[in-house]
Amino acid sequence: MSMDFLYPDYTVVRDKDLCTNCQICVKQCGLGVHTYDAKTKTMRADSTKCINCQRCVAFCPTLALKVVKSDNTYKLNDNWTSSAINEVIQQAGSGGMLLSSMGNPRSYPIYWDKILINASQVTNPSIDPLREPMETRTFLGKKPSKMERDEQGRLKFEKAPPHLALKVPILFAGMSYGAVSYNVHQSLARAAEQLGTYYNTGEGGLHQDLYKYGKNTIVQVASGRFGVHKAYLDAGAAIEIKIGQGAKPGIGGHLPGYKVGSEVSKTRMIPEGSDAISPAPHHDIYSIEDLRQLVYSLKEATAYTKPIIVKIAAVHNVAAIASGIARSGADIIAIDGFRAGTGAAPTRIRDNVGIPIELAVAAVDDRLREEQIRNNISLVVSGGIRNSADVLKAIALGADAVYIATPALIALGCHMCRSCQTGKCNWGITTQRPDLVERLDPDDGTRRLVNLVSAWQHEIMEMMGGMGINSIEALKGNRLMLRGIGLNQKELDILGIKHAGE
Amino acid sequence: MRINATNNLNFRVLNEQIRNTEDKNVIIDNCLGQRFIGSGMGQRKLTINGTPGNALGAYLNGADIEVNGNAQDATGDTMNNGSIVIHGNCGDATGYGMRGGEIYIKGNVGFRAGIHMKAYQENSPVMVVGGKAGSFLGEYQAGGTIIVLGLNEEEQAPVGAQCCTGMHGGCIFLRCDSLPEDLPAQVVSRKATKYDLDHIDGYLKSFCEHFSVEKEQILEKPFYVLEPNTNNPYRSIYTTYLS
Repeated sequence: MSMDFLYPDYTVVRDKDLCTNCQICVKQCGLGVHTYDAKTKTMRADSTKCINCQRCVAFCPTLALKVVKSDNTYKLNDNWTSSAINEVIQQAGSGGMLLSSMGNPRSYPIYWDKILINASQVTNPSIDPLREPMETRTFLGKKPSKMERDEQGRLKFEKAPPHLALKVPILFAGMSYGAVSYNVHQSLARAAEQLGTYYNTGEGGLHQDLYKYGKNTIVQVASGRFGVHKAYLDAGAAIEIKIGQGAKPGIGGHLPGYKVGSEVSKTRMIPEGSDAISPAPHHDIYSIEDLRQLVYSLKEATAYTKPIIVKIAAVHNVAAIASGIARSGADIIAIDGFRAGTGAAPTRIRDNVGIPIELAVAAVDDRLREEQIRNNISLVVSGGIRNSADVLKAIALGADAVYIATPALIALGCHMCRSCQTGKCNWGITTQRPDLVERLDPDDGTRRLVNLVSAWQHEIMEMMGGMGINSIEALKGNRLMLRGIGLNQKELDILGIKHAGE
Repeated sequence: MRINATNNLNFRVLNEQIRNTEDKNVIIDNCLGQRFIGSGMGQRKLTINGTPGNALGAYLNGADIEVNGNAQDATGDTMNNGSIVIHGNCGDATGYGMRGGEIYIKGNVGFRAGIHMKAYQENSPVMVVGGKAGSFLGEYQAGGTIIVLGLNEEEQAPVGAQCCTGMHGGCIFLRCDSLPEDLPAQVVSRKATKYDLDHIDGYLKSFCEHFSVEKEQILEKPFYVLEPNTNNPYRSIYTTYLS
């Protein structure tokens, strides 16, 4: 015990003067941090169980609780930080690979914060979005590279390839039912319908009760093929082949059996209580030709009525990989940056593998333009988008739209405690425990997601108006609207932008 | 309906013809590598004379496909229900992620057959291979039954390397005198008992009917059963780290 002991990173602090012994904290904490000692009539808190999810703090009616960074410390050492020491202690005790959740928390550069947006002054007037039309609609899928006319001068319009039509260039990224709760999926589905956009099932199948939102659903096919069958493929507006995800490029997934209850079992179509393992690669894909085969088998299965998305993690050769995908017959590429969230990933992979999405989107857009295949495919980017300015910068760097997931979870109550893998989410998000799941009210969740995306949409319109731009189409790949700040020449070259002042 | 697939009939044209017919009985003659035949197909009977291309019967949803010839890669990918009977050999990644239905192969199957096969409720898929299987048979298998008979094989075990790595459900029956030596620690093996053989009796009967093989010939050699070792699951390699 003593050699394995790790002092908790965070300490629960209770102000005894403010505490009324109401025991709401006891009921709210699914981890059993708070207890009431009836004999001494005092409240106790066990900080070793606390994951700092802020649930008790948010529900304490007298503001008596707070969770603070604990001030116990090893001797300070910039090389052997306390987390570096703790990791060794934990692995020496358990012999296990470290497993973590949510996005890479380490201090790598955030390029969004080193990019500034332009605005019009005098010569090219800005546009007032309250008065003037401002178009945030966008379409995802193959675009014709040229228009042809017949002898009478009419546009020759062959049957257009299938598209997704978005009222706002923001989609909800894949999060599987199993990793997140049913109420999360329901909130995302209903919000997508109200917003005129799409949510993504992730790789855990589609719950029977959510088929009615199919028009606003992207169904995912991953290496584990969970819940994939004809009706599932037919239900969605598009099908996404998941090759990789930003939080854990190159490795698969593992939903532990204790999260596979009756409903998750039915949706994934696996036995109750069984581990759901997604192999790292699709074992039928070893080349772009093989990918093309999966793309076309899905197109054949759905009679060419739905766009096919291929989702990959942003890795070192992302531009060349995207070029291959653009030639595979896929309609949309989704690229997930290294800050993307996850329900569980090996810590070393989450924290060390992949590249920032800002660099990836610029590199991919450049490459596809150089090869004159940019119109063959749309580009959706994700992994590290925190606000509407990040969305706008992503589009100006070359994306057609963005996927968001972490901001959606925060809208639903997530406080970023990064403990999803425990399955005891006090906010009812990454748990399957019925008493915890019911804490997330889908009506409330839907409203908050609609609020968030609507607010971002207004901010995007304001910023576009300020630039004198009145449509997402005109913003796409418009890197003249961006300037770098505090970036070196190499970074500016990759991003394809000038430095501020130039 | 009878379709002549000669003169390199394009797969999209061929498959559209199959999709658009109301006929419950479709025969394709002179098939030569056309891919994606029977993708997601519901209940009907499809007879293929020749060699269908990759991804035959992907997402198959109840159709019965019979191939008088060999089949290629990714046959029965993510198959949900129905049957595929191949009077010849079959390529790599056969039955990837299949959840239901039956695949019978008279001859050999390529690499990576039955990877991530799974079972659910009344659906329990089965793949019976008359000859031998290539490497990586039943990797990540999560359910269902794979039977490799090794008929007419001199070799000890009718499978290649790395059989059932990552297996965490279902079972594999190998007809042989001794097991491969490179089975992973997460798998346990035993000689098939009468109870085990009862479990596969129906499948063996079907195999014999499809390919006119005598069941007595099959039962001449013993069977081994491979199953996941519940005492040594894969999850024990992780430790939760709240960072």
